[in-house]
Amino acid sequence: MRRMRLRGCRDGVKPAAAVGLLLAALSLQPAPLFAADQIVVGSKAFTEGYVLGEIAAQTVESATKGPVSRKLGMGSTGIVFEALKSGAIDVYSDYTGTLTEAILKRPDLKSIDEIQRALLGMGLVMSGPLGFDDTYALAVKESFAQKNDLHSISDLSKVEARIRAAFSYEFMDRQDGFQGMVAAYKLHLAPQRINRMEHSLTFQAIDDGAVDLIDLYSTDAKIEKSKLRVLKDDRGYFPVYQAVWVARSAFTEQHPRAWAALLSLQGAISEQAMIGMNAQADIQHVSFAKIAAQFLGSDAPRSQSLKSNILQRTREHLWLVGIALLFSVLVGMPLGLIAVRFHAAGQGILIASALIQTVPSLALLCFLIPLFGVGMRPALAALCMYSLLPVVLNTFTGIRGVDPKHVENARAFGMTRRQVLLRIVLPLASPTILAGIKTATIVSIGTATLAALVGAGGYGAPIVSGLSLNDVPTILTGAIPAALMALIAYGLFELIGLVLIPAGLRKHS
Amino acid sequence: MLTLQNIYKTFEGKPVLTDVNLNVPKGATHALIGSSGSGKTTLLRITLGLIPFDKGYVKINDHALLSFTPVEWADRIGYVPQDGGLFPHISGFENVSLIAKLRGWNKQKIESRVEELRKLVGLEAQLLAQFPFELSGGQQQRVAIMRAAMMDPQVMLLDEPMAALDPLIRRSLQQELKSIFQSLGKTVLLVTHDLGEAVFLAEQITLLHEGKIMQTGTYRDLLKKPADPFVTAFINAQRTLPEAAEVA
Repeated sequence: MRRMRLRGCRDGVKPAAAVGLLLAALSLQPAPLFAADQIVVGSKAFTEGYVLGEIAAQTVESATKGPVSRKLGMGSTGIVFEALKSGAIDVYSDYTGTLTEAILKRPDLKSIDEIQRALLGMGLVMSGPLGFDDTYALAVKESFAQKNDLHSISDLSKVEARIRAAFSYEFMDRQDGFQGMVAAYKLHLAPQRINRMEHSLTFQAIDDGAVDLIDLYSTDAKIEKSKLRVLKDDRGYFPVYQAVWVARSAFTEQHPRAWAALLSLQGAISEQAMIGMNAQADIQHVSFAKIAAQFLGSDAPRSQSLKSNILQRTREHLWLVGIALLFSVLVGMPLGLIAVRFHAAGQGILIASALIQTVPSLALLCFLIPLFGVGMRPALAALCMYSLLPVVLNTFTGIRGVDPKHVENARAFGMTRRQVLLRIVLPLASPTILAGIKTATIVSIGTATLAALVGAGGYGAPIVSGLSLNDVPTILTGAIPAALMALIAYGLFELIGLVLIPAGLRKHS
Repeated sequence: MLTLQNIYKTFEGKPVLTDVNLNVPKGATHALIGSSGSGKTTLLRITLGLIPFDKGYVKINDHALLSFTPVEWADRIGYVPQDGGLFPHISGFENVSLIAKLRGWNKQKIESRVEELRKLVGLEAQLLAQFPFELSGGQQQRVAIMRAAMMDPQVMLLDEPMAALDPLIRRSLQQELKSIFQSLGKTVLLVTHDLGEAVFLAEQITLLHEGKIMQTGTYRDLLKKPADPFVTAFINAQRTLPEAAEVA
């Protein structure tokens, strides 16, 4: 998760792209990629990413005396990198190993010079190392290590048949992760005892004794807290990951002072300092802004109160869901009508909207960034696309379910097509159509929490950062309002039903 | 006066109706009777202007269907669908007044016309505020007749008006229908498969079989002077219960 990169992002999204493009083009006006006035700092969604992102933002703020926009906690390497390339963000922190492995796909590049040259070809600039390495490592509980006399990864061969492991998705999939490691160490771990899971949850799993072995990063603050022993990489398998800034060349040229200030941090963050800052965030739950300010020796920017924070998140969330809802009604209902009227087109519409639903949300967001930048726009586009199916399908099903005798009778009474649709068909189908809109809304409220991964804010922001910190109270400040909003939406739709669904149909059930 | 003249209709090359002629004089009640598949539903839909036909004329008072717009035609034929066919989502009153409202009648005109018809069919006033599912079969049928008569059409067309009602209600509603038809003074065409109903309500009966008219006449004509062996067979088939005398 920490250096998550979503390799599938650019490859996997292609088949869905055609469908997505079609509907995205319908849905929103072409978005200018970004208004370039404000400097935008991005980060990935894990503790160290947030801390470094905040350090970068405050550094740039004090160098330029101007406001900096923070798009912290974006979903994955794939998303952040797409955002950087498209100019939606200006700078973020990454690791040399991630850049060569996941982005450049050139594991042969070893020196900082080589990587910088390769990135320059993409219009990107990389700083020198910030001072600390953050490398993959394997860890077991201290007690487990003592019992089995484990000190290094080689020692795992003693327990390889019975050890239970939880590994992050990224570790499992990376070339330089799990596959390479077991080959290098000739380990034979039992596949059925290996669990793939979200990185931040692996700590929970090992704390609870559900597993014995996890992957982590060498600067992780939870090593000490969870009383873990890091196994020595005695064959020197894991490549070194040096933290660096990555920025757009255009940004470094337009804002030389900001870039210079960031470069002044080269070599300034020691491993000890980083572990300490991670620990403050993860364990003592100090705000990222405060941690960064402490490190920079400046005053922390004034933090928002919980109440105004939740209010702002609510506004963002409502906006996301509201627009998606409006779109699903204004576009989904006519599409449903077309599907009833024209059989072939109808099948196409239904299949297309079902296909969209099968595109994983992260992949869809990742694909939308080059088109819409980061922030509200890609999130809105994704939500609009996801909310289509329930409305299209229920409009189609509802209208098809109207007894044809009522339509024929209405025509026999001399009603025009339009009158039949508005006075007879739509009212009779209204319970089903409304149920579809209700489904779309409630699903949108849930899905909109993913919008935080592309920097759109909403209730997802505390959920994403809370997840990366394994900080349940923070998660709840997003999850509880989201659940409340879903409940309120449910209640509202019951009321809307009282108004919109003809009484003769309501009493029926 | 309703006239069907030399109507031909084929469907996918097969003849459905062949040279159908029917004349219902002004104010008369006529029954079109036939078993399922006889073509009576097709003829009904043709008369309503819902489907095209190959040859012939449908006329009301000597004006052909094709010289009217669908709306004009619909206002000349009051249609009572099978089982009443009320729209389930709106109240009885709204069912009755829907078309008048769409034609721009004002509230007062609508209300007085509805009241007039309500008295005519003998429906309690508060029942009109109810939804179709709250009404009995007989009440629904009355509302449906009000709806058909609302625009004061020259012809009323009823499709199996009693089919869904239980026998006792049927009996009493038949009586009332007869008097309603009389007080409306409309030309009525009744489509049914039930000979008893046809005989009770209509002066003249037309028997349709495989798209052709077998015979038109009074029940007595059909019984005593059958034009075709099928007429006798049809009549006998409908007399399912033995006469009391035969039982004794």
